Amino acid sequence: MGRSTKKGPFAEERLMRRIQQLNESNQKQMVKTWSRSSTVFPDMVGHTIAVHDGRKHVPVFISESMVGHKLGEFAPTRTFRAHSGSGSRER
Amino acid sequence: MARVAGVNLPLNKRAEIGLTYVHGIGRSTANEILSKVGVDPDTYVKDLTEDETVKLREAVETLEVEGDLRRDRSQNVKRLSEIGSYRGVRHRRSLPTRGQRTKTNARARKGPRKMSIAGKKKPPAKK
Repeated sequence: MGRSTKKGPFAEERLMRRIQQLNESNQKQMVKTWSRSSTVFPDMVGHTIAVHDGRKHVPVFISESMVGHKLGEFAPTRTFRAHSGSGSRER
Repeated sequence: MARVAGVNLPLNKRAEIGLTYVHGIGRSTANEILSKVGVDPDTYVKDLTEDETVKLREAVETLEVEGDLRRDRSQNVKRLSEIGSYRGVRHRRSLPTRGQRTKTNARARKGPRKMSIAGKKKPPAKK
């Protein structure tokens, strides 16, 4: 059930303002955010955004193909450290 | 012999079923095509006239089917995996990507049950 098109995609206002500022002054700077539910906008491409995972901020470099996804998708909230005796498995 | 979209030629089946041998065409798409072309779904593939076969072939060509479909789908998965998204990670580990539970079930993604290590007793309810 998608969001109404009337409203357009959601992104936290504070974050959008920060990005706009950086774009105007042509700076690249890490932007910390807790807003995992914000959509990645085309303006954000090329920036590094530190997305909160509940414990710390995970730096995410935004590339073009990430547009349209939510920031939270790139900062996993769970750490899984294998079961005992499950030996070597890929990644 | 009816050849549609590359390497497909199922004889001795009704056209409705025969078309589903093409990857990307199921029962509903097959029926849609047949009614569009004006062929009775109950005619056997071997009884199709040359004319009808050509028309069917043309209708199937407008759809994304077989290799193209497979390639597109795997590219979608690859994209998710490359941008490091959660869904991509789940694909890499071949676990469900849409938030389903994995404590039980999820067998379609995880494959057949792995036997536990010898000596470990299994509860009788779970078999």
